[in-house]
Amino acid sequence: MQVGGYSGGISGQGSEVRDQRSGPACRTRRGKGGAPACATLKLRSGSGGYGIQSAVSLMALETIDTAAKRGVLAVQEYTALSVRAVSNIFRQPFYAGDLFQQADIIGVGSLPIVILTGFFLGCVLALQTASSLEQFGATAFTGQLVSMSMIKEIGPVVTALMVSGRNASGMASELGSMIVTEQIDAMRALGTDPLKKLVMPRIVATVLMLFFLVILSDTVGILGGGFVAVAMLGQSGSQYFHTAYQSLEYMDLLQGLIKPVFFGLIIATIGCYFGMKTKGGTQGVGRSTTQAVVWASVLIIVTDFVISRFMIGIFGR
Amino acid sequence: MSANESAPPVVAGSTNEPVVVFEDVSIGFGAEPVLEGISFRVERGETRILLGPAGVGKSVLLKLVNGLLRPDSGRIFVFGKEISAMRESELFELRGSIGTVFQEGALFDSLNVRDNVGYRLMEEHLPEDEVTRRATEALRFVEMEHTLYKFPSELSGGMRRRVAIARAIVSDPKLILYDSPTGGLDPITSTTIIELVMKQRDVQHTSSLVVTHRLQDAFTLATHRFSREKNGMEPLPPHTADANTSFLMLHNRRLVFDGSTAELVHSDDPLIRAYLA
Repeated sequence: MQVGGYSGGISGQGSEVRDQRSGPACRTRRGKGGAPACATLKLRSGSGGYGIQSAVSLMALETIDTAAKRGVLAVQEYTALSVRAVSNIFRQPFYAGDLFQQADIIGVGSLPIVILTGFFLGCVLALQTASSLEQFGATAFTGQLVSMSMIKEIGPVVTALMVSGRNASGMASELGSMIVTEQIDAMRALGTDPLKKLVMPRIVATVLMLFFLVILSDTVGILGGGFVAVAMLGQSGSQYFHTAYQSLEYMDLLQGLIKPVFFGLIIATIGCYFGMKTKGGTQGVGRSTTQAVVWASVLIIVTDFVISRFMIGIFGR
Repeated sequence: MSANESAPPVVAGSTNEPVVVFEDVSIGFGAEPVLEGISFRVERGETRILLGPAGVGKSVLLKLVNGLLRPDSGRIFVFGKEISAMRESELFELRGSIGTVFQEGALFDSLNVRDNVGYRLMEEHLPEDEVTRRATEALRFVEMEHTLYKFPSELSGGMRRRVAIARAIVSDPKLILYDSPTGGLDPITSTTIIELVMKQRDVQHTSSLVVTHRLQDAFTLATHRFSREKNGMEPLPPHTADANTSFLMLHNRRLVFDGSTAELVHSDDPLIRAYLA
């Protein structure tokens, strides 16, 4: 079945996979001449142990085949949705109001958790690094390690994970609820492209807001580390901030600022993709929400590794 | 006065052109065929009632009409344009001339009634006052103007359907698709909704496709007319039916009946007799 629009496309193709999964293979997977595939398996199983083994192998292969196809289909649908949504930035109408609303929800709404996690991560980093550096008499480098770790890795990754937990789930549940209550269909029927109205503003807002949230998280993290270094470890504040600043190079900042762009893209597209392919009522909404958070978190960490390797490969740090 | 004489202005094509044409349309989901070889027409000003048991594909057929689903084979024409060959971006424009009332209303739950009804007008960037005026006008048609600033969650099921009808008619569409507008409602509320469908048919003469599995609603629509004087529906003379209202019946993926009220009632087909019994 060909289905109009991105959401229909997801629904239509998804239903084929669901049919194959939900019922026995013989119901949907037919052999040549229309004979059910499982009928062949039953005949073979009657001929002895070897027949049963073959049948099990065939079924296993079929399961792997179905799972592989489902995976490829999901990647294809995800890519199509992301590309179409991002390309809508350059097409009219541009939903500026929705963009500001999402920026408020994602950016301003995430401020408390980002500030809290950033500050205490900086605190704990200073504690741990100082205790390790003490063994080598190098506690003076606490500021350097905290700032490098916060800016290059921990700031972007933890902030992205926090925003993912809060917003990828929010997007998936919001769009999923709209799918199951036919609000997305109603929107299309009213002549509005949901990819423009709902998905594009979420992607742009997440990328923009995560960029600034990461800068904020890095800042409060370094401040938190400074607080611990001065107030709890008795170090000199000027030394802490001096080493924290002096050790940084432009490439470190670049690495720390490139990551949130990719992470923001992952959070929004994954959240919207799982929301848009929701099936099965409220239970389906819950499933989509969970999948969105899990996949966004996994992809953030994998992408972090890829970007780090790429940047180290190019710039040597 | 016949319905065609006072039909609203034409969106595209000639005035004699049918509003909807299905030519041998088939669709399936995965390995499962849902509709096979469906062919029918909806003429200008005509109301077609689509009957059939639950799960037979009535809602799927309706979604094919406004391009929310695309057929596997066959051709669909709406206002003379082949929508089965159109791109999604082109369909958005065409859907501006089609009003759709979804099964459960499908109102946007984060918007109030005024914004729901005026949604299409706001998308067209009409002034706020104009949106409010036209939304109120549409809500007055369904006798719901007092709910202008309420949210869908504050309304009953029947009220939500009436608001959904107001949303469908606010931009003066040339075709309205009703997907089980009375499904799940009590008999009194169902009658109110059917009266609104009838009012739209007899006052605005809008072409429509009404999906239902409730025979009582279907026959009320066929054997009554809307009286402006009484501001309510009244029965047509005995043994007569509205000339612009006819029936389609789906069974087992296929269209098994396409004809007038009299033809349906006097059909000898055992399947139809069993359904009507």
